[in-house]
Amino acid sequence: MEYIFIIISAVFVNNIVLAQFLGICPFIGVSNKIETAVGMGGAVAFVMTIASIVTYIVMYYVLLPLGIGYMQTVTYILVIASLVQMVEIVLKKVSPALYQALGVFLPLITTNCAILGVALLLVQKEFNLLESVVFAISNAVGFALALIIFAGIRESLDLVDLPKGMKGAPIALVVAGILALAFMGFAGIV
Amino acid sequence: MNQLNNFTKGFIKENPVFVLLLGMCPTLGTTTSAINGLGMGLATTFVLVMGNVVISMVKNIIPAKVRIPSYIVIVASFVTMVDLSMEGFLPSLHAQLGLFIPLIVVNCIVLGRAEAFASKNTVGSSFIDGLGMGLGFSFALTLLGAVREILGSGKVFGLALFPENYAMIIFVLAPGAFIALGYIIAIMNRLAKK
Repeated sequence: MEYIFIIISAVFVNNIVLAQFLGICPFIGVSNKIETAVGMGGAVAFVMTIASIVTYIVMYYVLLPLGIGYMQTVTYILVIASLVQMVEIVLKKVSPALYQALGVFLPLITTNCAILGVALLLVQKEFNLLESVVFAISNAVGFALALIIFAGIRESLDLVDLPKGMKGAPIALVVAGILALAFMGFAGIV
Repeated sequence: MNQLNNFTKGFIKENPVFVLLLGMCPTLGTTTSAINGLGMGLATTFVLVMGNVVISMVKNIIPAKVRIPSYIVIVASFVTMVDLSMEGFLPSLHAQLGLFIPLIVVNCIVLGRAEAFASKNTVGSSFIDGLGMGLGFSFALTLLGAVREILGSGKVFGLALFPENYAMIIFVLAPGAFIALGYIIAIMNRLAKK
């Protein structure tokens, strides 16, 4: 039951992009096409889950026993940066097409605050390892969900006749705002 | 003249938020009020300036292949410093900004300036560039924070402008952040055209 609460809360109620403002850069940057959005969502999901497990272990079995909890930020970012590098190498080998499509945004996962944010939130919420994994996966699902819905809307937006100043980022942000409004409707479920 | 240009470009022409669309997460996440926006902006400015200065000092020592991880570690150290000092000296602001203070480390502006400017220029220009960009970022955050605070709760910097009934609470909540920023950028685009 507890896990269902964590999942619903992370995917819908406190959606990582639309309610907590983490991972906005890829949300705006790679949401032009549904396929790239799916790819990015998958890459983030993969990195986020592994990063959460690894940072959890690093925090509770290395940093805290040594009494250097204040090194958290520095250590976490290094762990995440190396993980991203690894995913990049694997992806280049396994799926060159996807690697091409994600292009510049793959290294940018390092500076995707969603990954670091989730890793830090786990510690703040004092989850155990299993809860952490569930939390990370549901946040990744929430991220992918928001990204894919948004990409779908943006594909149709290309056909709309807009005032010049509103083209590009401004209209994307306003649409994101309306999407966030829709997601606010989930408040109260948990 | 050149230095002046380095300093002022961050405000309008290359404003990190309104023009380059960098650092959107803290921009949207911390601007529930003007004072929060300003606090976040200044914290980021400190990290930007110190990061830029140190990186331009050591740019010749670091091998090109490992430069990005090295930059991240340098930036992360300053972020930890800001995090701990804010927790000590400004606990209420620190509680409001919460997660977004450690997240300065993944703010694209900081790493972006390190890579695009500090790794190629002298210590002096890097300092000026960091300061200009940081203040431009603070300006953007304060502006967005002020707009959201005025529309959302009828106040600015805690000063009441309207009676409480006129407040549109939606602007303090998440959707308002996106919508307000969208319209500010649209207005900026319009002004830039002229």
